[in-house]
Amino acid sequence: MKDQGRYQPFTYYQLMETSLRELLVEKGIVTDAQVNAEVAAMRGRTPERGSKVVAKAWVDGEYRKRLLANGTKACQELGLEIPGLNLVVVENTPQVHNAIVCTLCSCYPRVLLGIPPDWYKSRNYRSRMVREPRAVLAELGLSIPDTVQIRVHDSTADMRYLVLPMRPKGTEGWDEARLARIVSRDSMIGVAVPSA
Amino acid sequence: MQPQFATDYPALAPSFSVGDRVRVRATAPLGHIRTPFYIRGHVGEIERLCGSFPNPEELAQMRNGLPAIPLYRVRFRQKEVWPDYKGPATDVVEIEIFQHWLERA
Repeated sequence: MKDQGRYQPFTYYQLMETSLRELLVEKGIVTDAQVNAEVAAMRGRTPERGSKVVAKAWVDGEYRKRLLANGTKACQELGLEIPGLNLVVVENTPQVHNAIVCTLCSCYPRVLLGIPPDWYKSRNYRSRMVREPRAVLAELGLSIPDTVQIRVHDSTADMRYLVLPMRPKGTEGWDEARLARIVSRDSMIGVAVPSA
Repeated sequence: MQPQFATDYPALAPSFSVGDRVRVRATAPLGHIRTPFYIRGHVGEIERLCGSFPNPEELAQMRNGLPAIPLYRVRFRQKEVWPDYKGPATDVVEIEIFQHWLERA
């Protein structure tokens, strides 16, 4: 391929973002420093925040109950900053497997899990997860037996969702920090399950 | 019925309770709608009252969306939504739907 050098023209959306941002700064509505701080904060949020919540629920039965009753309050209890989050936590059991999707756009508990993976935003996942969840999960490496009910949660409005996976066998006696390390992002979306 | 999340907006009173059977209105107005097309016309069961939130259809028109509208989580049997669904009859999909999109089934 011919070397095109360092300069690449903006794509449509890059141009839109830059134009809008520069206008907002020019009009004094936001400053460059505020925009940079927000982007840095967004990049700084990682799924470890959610893992901490899950690990706490695994070791503390009373906390688990409070988490299922009101996810937002239970996260605040751990000192997590979660502005604007109405969190519904759905619990996996031997009878029920939960999975999260947003068919309309890409709603995701960003303040808890960080930036969503690209596949979560793909049209393929969004359209098929409500239509044939078992096939999608199998393609992602997770086989759910027919004796287990699948509940797919379509995140269409003001709620955001987190799956509370089952604590795997072989983790007896582990402390919260060690448990948190096996709680993956995908297990909190419901397309994987943790293993010891 | 206690909402899961208390909000302090002026709000319409909830008309449905947990376990009520409801049908999603099969209509297609223009604008910013948070009710997916695939669920319109289908019958499900109220799973919980989430709380009352400003109407997103109004917010999208730069209005305040008040009074806030009760928002429910509604549980649908997959086999009811997709007659050719491949999977057990117990599988469900749960969706948040605003009250003005629901009627008693």
